[in-house]
Amino acid sequence: MRLKKLSLSLLAAAMVASIGTPAVAQDKKESDPTKEQFIPFLTYRSGPFAAGGSGTASGGEDYLALLNLRDGGINGIKLVWEECDFGYNTDRGVECYERLKARGLKGAPVIQPWSTGVTYALIERSLKDKIPLVSIGYGRTDATDGRVFPYVFPMITNYWNQSSAKLRYIAQLEGGEDKLEGMKIVNLHLKHPYGNETIPVWNKLAEKFGFEVTHIPVPWPGIDQKSLWLQVRQIQPKYVINRNWGVSCTVPLREAARIGFPRERIIGVWWCGSEEDVIPAGAAAKGYITAAFHAAGRDIPVIQEIFEVVYGQMKGNISAARVGSVYYNRGVVTAIVVTEAIRLAHTKYGVGPIGGEEMQWALENLDITEARIKEIGAEGLMPPTKISCFDHEGGGSVRFQQWDGSKWNMITGWIPPYKDLVREMIEASAAKYAKEKGITPRDCPPA
Amino acid sequence: MLYREAGQFKTSYDADMAIFPIAQDRWGMIAIVVIAVVIIPLFTSDYIMGSLMIPFLIWGLSAIGLNILTGYAGQLSLGHGGFMAVGGFAAYNLAVRVPEIPILGTFIIAGLIAAAVGVVFGLPSLRIKGFYLAVTTLAAQFFIEWVFANFPWFTGGTMSMTLDTPSMVVFGYAIESTRDHYLLTLGIVLVLTLAAKNMVRSQLGRAWMAIRDMDVAAEVIGIRPLRTKLTAFAVSSFYAGVAGALYAFAFLKSLDITAYDLFRSFLVLFMIIIGGLGSILGSFLGAAFIILLPIFINVVAHNFSDQIKPDFITNAELMIFGGLIIFFLIVEPFGLARLWMTAKEKLRLWPFPH
Repeated sequence: MRLKKLSLSLLAAAMVASIGTPAVAQDKKESDPTKEQFIPFLTYRSGPFAAGGSGTASGGEDYLALLNLRDGGINGIKLVWEECDFGYNTDRGVECYERLKARGLKGAPVIQPWSTGVTYALIERSLKDKIPLVSIGYGRTDATDGRVFPYVFPMITNYWNQSSAKLRYIAQLEGGEDKLEGMKIVNLHLKHPYGNETIPVWNKLAEKFGFEVTHIPVPWPGIDQKSLWLQVRQIQPKYVINRNWGVSCTVPLREAARIGFPRERIIGVWWCGSEEDVIPAGAAAKGYITAAFHAAGRDIPVIQEIFEVVYGQMKGNISAARVGSVYYNRGVVTAIVVTEAIRLAHTKYGVGPIGGEEMQWALENLDITEARIKEIGAEGLMPPTKISCFDHEGGGSVRFQQWDGSKWNMITGWIPPYKDLVREMIEASAAKYAKEKGITPRDCPPA
Repeated sequence: MLYREAGQFKTSYDADMAIFPIAQDRWGMIAIVVIAVVIIPLFTSDYIMGSLMIPFLIWGLSAIGLNILTGYAGQLSLGHGGFMAVGGFAAYNLAVRVPEIPILGTFIIAGLIAAAVGVVFGLPSLRIKGFYLAVTTLAAQFFIEWVFANFPWFTGGTMSMTLDTPSMVVFGYAIESTRDHYLLTLGIVLVLTLAAKNMVRSQLGRAWMAIRDMDVAAEVIGIRPLRTKLTAFAVSSFYAGVAGALYAFAFLKSLDITAYDLFRSFLVLFMIIIGGLGSILGSFLGAAFIILLPIFINVVAHNFSDQIKPDFITNAELMIFGGLIIFFLIVEPFGLARLWMTAKEKLRLWPFPH
């Protein structure tokens, strides 16, 4: 009984103490809010997708740390950030957004959810709060139509363009688009908003080129896919699209090895194309191909600089071994896009903290040229990107990489998507959304 | 001292059977309601209302639903998340396809549809008990998830499975700000909580408890097991359905089936186990513990983010949370509500413990 009382009072004391601490902790930091730019990080360092969440967040933070350590921030404005871990749960993601959106002098300039589910949940909130929702390489595809979605930026390349680029790549491998006729393709997708996102575009492409696509949904979280691969064996497709996420990316490689399906004919989404996805599959992963919108590896100048400067001063946010991995570099790419937009906003609104509305203008006028990429030291890491009010994607081409058993090698140049077809679908879908929501699309000149 | 009841005389049966027979409890409850209705909307930020209070209230409501079924009627269910999904999808389809129905009516009909589904899946409970019933309700969870994921009719034909919920208008007043959403949620939760509290004190609630404590004896004294169990399933699923609809409409403002997965069913079950089986108060205490405590740990830990690595903070949240669950289950296996009951009994006798 005494122990119970003692432990209860200890617990109560601990709770009271922890409520008291925030004030203390804040006093300690000396900071001038007019010289600081706040950037929120939504992440997931726990749960089945931790490999993705920890890599992307740490890559982004490390790039910001590099700017702080090397240049003293952007034009003298120090970059500060705060993480919020939501474990890939949509409800916690919304809570994180609400928690971080008002931090800093002018609030959060961007929000990057790193989750298609959270992206969908934030579309209306971010519009109301006027905070650009930047989803690089994921999210709601039809938000590419900036006339209907002024505050959503599915930048660099979206899922529909990626899928159509995959088909163009398949056509290249087969020796021409006419060879697609009658071909069988299986779209193995996670049964989740993210996994279902590309079903319409595959149907449309199948209709246009006369191939046969079978959608096989993978039940969440996709650890057991034996019965699905029996189905694949019955269908005998020429290619299998691996549209999974986290642990469910690795399983198809082992299953394919078991039934003897060549790994060279499994084409993965870029969320299934990291070291963490293939190493657990061991030899079964050799030859596996995935799409990519940025390069992996440490021999890119900016990544090397992060390694030397940030990790040299022990300021890194993740174990040094993961610097240069696919997800890590993806985080760096997104941080480059965000910081370049902040730079652009400084030219119009003056040097100082940037808020959401200013950032929206900057993102919409962002033009990261080949020359600028070279200046940053990111040549080969990311493609040139030019955003406009009409087109919130600003790129669309993807490359393909192959796993050779120890590292990812780029095997193609930039392969363009079937942009006209995809744009048509995007506009139709966005127009439907605008009608449902009573939005009058903005008037933007087609780029 | 707090609970000096001297001078409180009950002069009628009504006074003796009131929900809060002790005056201090009555005043305490009035104070809580005033805080919730007046103080919180006037003096707190959108973050506290929208991200802490709304989910707390919604999960509290959902936990009341499961508590009625599991805590009061003794029928273990793992399909609660599925019944919430039925409510969410029913409300969405009603609001989109029949926009003429006012939104409160939509929520009620959505609850009734969830209740009907709950009754269907509750039918085996007459023959199956305990863990075996948990398995059949688990089947309900998977079946409901499968239906909403595979029949595009329910999602209005969108392939991505994620839907934006339509805007809400209550008696001509458009629900727009976080405060509006909070007050709408609070109103519904207050009414349904009062209804639940009265239900469990009524003949129906006593029949549920009789079935829970010994179904053969209950049958002997004239309680019809099938009807009693099915009403428990119906009422429980009604609460789940309304909570599911509110979760989509008032909190996430989007609807997708992954928000109601099996993990949610477990979450509600943990809420009532930690909060206290067979207690309305316990449902809210459990919801606060499961929903608010991790956020609280996370926020506190982030104040030390200069000194602690971010991945450690994430794992610390899980470790502290898990540790506290074990701690409370050891200290008080009957839940937080029992902890409060014990404290209250002591306070009533204080300073004369015997």
